Amino acid sequence: MTILSKNLTNLYSFSQESPGKLTIHFHDRLDVSNAALFIKEFKVLLRTHKPDNLVIDLKKLNHLDDYGVSVLVELKKIMGNQRGNFSLTNVSEKIEEILTMHRFSVLGQHSISERKTSPNFFTHLGNVTINLGSEMGFILTFLGDTCFSFLRFLRHPGSLRLNDTIENMKRVGLDALPIVGLISFLLGLIMAFMSSVQLQQFGANIYVASLVGISMTRELGPIMTAIIVAGRSGSSFAAEIGTMKISEEVDALSTMGINPNLFLVLPRVLAACLVVPVLTLFSDLFAIAGGLLVGVTMLDLTISGYTNQTINTLTLFDVFWGVFKSGIFAILISWTGCLKGFQVKGGAAGVGQATTSAVVSSIFLIVLSDSLLVVILRYWNG
Amino acid sequence: MINKQAIKKRVAIKVMEMVAGYEEEIILNCINFEVYEGEIFVILGGSGCGKSTLLKHLIGLNYPMAGNIVIDGVDITDDKGGNLQQVLRQCGILFQSGALFSSMTVAENVALPMQEHTDLPAPYIDNIVKMKLAQVSLTGYENHLPSEISGGMRKRAGLARAMALNPKILFFDEPSAGLDPITSAELDQLIIRLNRSYGTTMVIVTHELPSIFTVAHRVIMLDKRFKSIIAEGSPQYLRDNSQNPYVRQFFNRES
Repeated sequence: MTILSKNLTNLYSFSQESPGKLTIHFHDRLDVSNAALFIKEFKVLLRTHKPDNLVIDLKKLNHLDDYGVSVLVELKKIMGNQRGNFSLTNVSEKIEEILTMHRFSVLGQHSISERKTSPNFFTHLGNVTINLGSEMGFILTFLGDTCFSFLRFLRHPGSLRLNDTIENMKRVGLDALPIVGLISFLLGLIMAFMSSVQLQQFGANIYVASLVGISMTRELGPIMTAIIVAGRSGSSFAAEIGTMKISEEVDALSTMGINPNLFLVLPRVLAACLVVPVLTLFSDLFAIAGGLLVGVTMLDLTISGYTNQTINTLTLFDVFWGVFKSGIFAILISWTGCLKGFQVKGGAAGVGQATTSAVVSSIFLIVLSDSLLVVILRYWNG
Repeated sequence: MINKQAIKKRVAIKVMEMVAGYEEEIILNCINFEVYEGEIFVILGGSGCGKSTLLKHLIGLNYPMAGNIVIDGVDITDDKGGNLQQVLRQCGILFQSGALFSSMTVAENVALPMQEHTDLPAPYIDNIVKMKLAQVSLTGYENHLPSEISGGMRKRAGLARAMALNPKILFFDEPSAGLDPITSAELDQLIIRLNRSYGTTMVIVTHELPSIFTVAHRVIMLDKRFKSIIAEGSPQYLRDNSQNPYVRQFFNRES
């Protein structure tokens, strides 16, 4: 704010007619431009003079606004706390109108800031439990809704929005290919490089190919791809649907008799489920290429030697297992993203929270489901 | 209702030969007008005539293709950065849907400009926020989030925020849109009261006839076909005496 006058001496004067009685005369203006300065000034003034009768003379005051009123309120409050008298004199009609408009007579009688008191522990615990319960209810309803949408799609394949699905496939799959490729390539390179340090000591260079191949196709390929997709697409689903939710677009869909789940969720889940496994295959290939680069340039392996070793080590089951897992991750990521979008309440901040929560929950679910699958596979094989 | 004596003939906003548009398309061509200090000035016209575009140029959100806009003696088209910031501190803007920050409570929204631009201690700011909210009849809603109050309340809270620093000029984008007639009439009275007590210059974009006749001192009317101002004057005068049949139609609400 521009301060019009740093020199307050032109703007007020005070006089002390009898001991204990202080009169403050305002000149010209008491408003937003000088309220902050007056407040500081008067605190000192009242401390030094300690009046028990404060009179405010508004005869020469031309301009008063609510900032000015708040200065007067503060003076009134200070005098009230000291059980002193406070009065206004020479109040013109115009000033009176402004004082009435801001309800000067009732202000300052009680504390202004009444903060919400924080609830006690048990109330808080109760609230959290109730919220958790209703959230679980919402998640289950949403899951049921998605399943029904899927069943409806199976019976009436025409009900799926094909264009949206293809558009989503492009956004989730094709657009992610460069970054998935680059990260996988570098990951393969790092793995080959780190393991070669150990394996070289035993002259087991050739096993670098096996190590990179198996670990990438079975575990790291699907997981890295899923994490990248969660960061790129899970978040974007949550933000997009969340914004639609707060701008009442989702409500508009329902009122038009269109199932929002079928319209928004199914195309995204199906698209992710179709393209993420393909992305995973690309991720495997790029990682093996990364390993190959290290093998050929640093470990004296030939290209055909490295590829033969990789092909001999990998079984078709390894590759399919990785692809199958990535399909499950894709469903979890896209579904969680949509769910978080539908849970958005409030405004922009709600969308931000939903986006964060979508990515964090997706990554957690990816790791959790991966560990479950490892256990299942162990017992299935064994 | 209309206090013509209150209008001092000092120019608050001057728009000279302004051309506005988006990319290749020109929406407003060669616009000239002046807004005087303490005046309630209404920009009106049918849908798509460029009312909102003009407002966006006045508050510096868009930059004109040609011409100048002088607000409070400062040319905001002259230097994109400094001048504009200086002028904007003297202005308050009420956006169509309030544009409250959704992560802050109503009171925090109103307090924000005060915290950023004044040196007042927190209790005073609380105090003034209370007064501002009382002026727009929102006492008791201090701790509500914008998502927890109705559209009309959001608009009034937006007005309280626009008035936070008692600006010299207040811009309103469709203030009565989406409000019930009673709330809308109350808002009109509030606009008149603020104008009378503080002498605030008001620039209002609207096409609500009742509110134009209640508050406006002077209006300009824009037209889509001519891409410029087709009428200027007091609404009562234009309704009865305009030479342009379209203008009479508009004010008499005929099809």
